[in-house]
Amino acid sequence: MNSIVEELTTKNREEVKLCKELEFELAPGDDFSFVQKFMDVKSERNALIRAAHGTTTLAFKFREGVLVATDSRATMGNVIASQEVKKVIEINDRLLGTMAGGAADCSYWGRVLGMECRMYQLRNKKLISVAAASKILANIVYRYKGSGLSMGMMVAGWDDKGPGLYYVDSDAQRITNDLFSVGSGSTFAYGVLDAHYRYDMDLDEAKDLARRAIYHATHRDAFSGGIVRMYWLHKDGWTAYPLEDVSELYYKYHPEIAITNAADSPLTVNAS
Amino acid sequence: MDAQFAIAGKDFAISVADKKVTRSIVTMKHDKDKTYNLTPHTFISVAGEPGDTDNFSEYIQANIRLYSIRNSQDLTPSETANFIRGELANALRSRRPYQVNTLVTGYDKTTGKASLYWIDYLSAMAKVPYAAHGYCSYFVYSTMDREYSPDISLEKGLDIVRKCMASLKQRFLVDFSDYVIKVTDKQGIREIPMSEL
Repeated sequence: MNSIVEELTTKNREEVKLCKELEFELAPGDDFSFVQKFMDVKSERNALIRAAHGTTTLAFKFREGVLVATDSRATMGNVIASQEVKKVIEINDRLLGTMAGGAADCSYWGRVLGMECRMYQLRNKKLISVAAASKILANIVYRYKGSGLSMGMMVAGWDDKGPGLYYVDSDAQRITNDLFSVGSGSTFAYGVLDAHYRYDMDLDEAKDLARRAIYHATHRDAFSGGIVRMYWLHKDGWTAYPLEDVSELYYKYHPEIAITNAADSPLTVNAS
Repeated sequence: MDAQFAIAGKDFAISVADKKVTRSIVTMKHDKDKTYNLTPHTFISVAGEPGDTDNFSEYIQANIRLYSIRNSQDLTPSETANFIRGELANALRSRRPYQVNTLVTGYDKTTGKASLYWIDYLSAMAKVPYAAHGYCSYFVYSTMDREYSPDISLEKGLDIVRKCMASLKQRFLVDFSDYVIKVTDKQGIREIPMSEL
């Protein structure tokens, strides 16, 4: 006990407290000067640590539950770091999270959220609500506000109240709505979604809409691409669907320019 | 780019807050209520740094309600405003201050008078007959200066609100289109739907 008191009364009292509370080591420095100096979360400069960036994620509520869809590209500056990233975090069998912004921040805090949700379940003998789960995440990131976290997450799930959908970001903003899109491609996705979204859609219509929205976002946003990953959340949990390559969707949505024979291609110069 | 303004008459006060939640250039939500009821007769509307607004408001709301439960008596509007100012002033010298602008609107049951307090993120506080925060103040203050008198009726107050909204709609870059309009008076707090304004 005495040693703890002593520890708490050292000159770095606040810092020690932060570490103790979370059992999470902070980088050295008086405050958060380390991250500000050495980390680049916005691909603005050539810092020591450069966070992966650029995304299109979306989720919406509809008659039969919540549909969640993401692209799969990760970029670091102008370079595509990966084309097969999993941007959906399976928090538990009825909660999903999507990640946009810093990949490390999202996956780490998504994992912590999963632990907190499990702890809630063990303590209270019932599943956590989507509202409560998203509030836990918002409260965690609020403690780190201003310290360089970069995340735009959606928390989707099914609880006693039915479908739930929340948006939580590193500003600790937490809002609920029927429809969200997050990431650099979100404006393009919103364009397609807002024009065609109806709450009364059935599952097939919802999947078509989500697929098209991600596809059009990847088509216009250089920082989005790869494959479409889709999940359906319903009262029994979530269902994941097979991955779809956006470059194959391009030919599916534009049959007139599908090239079956290279000789027929308008791009091939006929020598004769 | 939040829009919030309020007007206090003798025995009523009206507060208006937009409903938009924006991030960068995107509107993420069109129907957020940015007001928080503290007692049956007092409420606040809060704007500023995302995250801080909700967190600060919920903290204030919980503490004011706790006071009511502990003492079986509600804080008056002036006591509420001074409490909020105090919390803001304390946080101002901390590592990370709250960056929130607040309007406290209330009706005092014991005196029968309504009042309005303007508090900014530097915890400056003023008791005023009408007030606004942010860019919206550049548009609505002149209208309120022109139209206000201390003995206005509720109907005249709502007419000023209509004129302020019209001015914002015509001249401000952002179209807010939808607002939460709340009135507090002898009967307590009630919301006036946009369709009935």
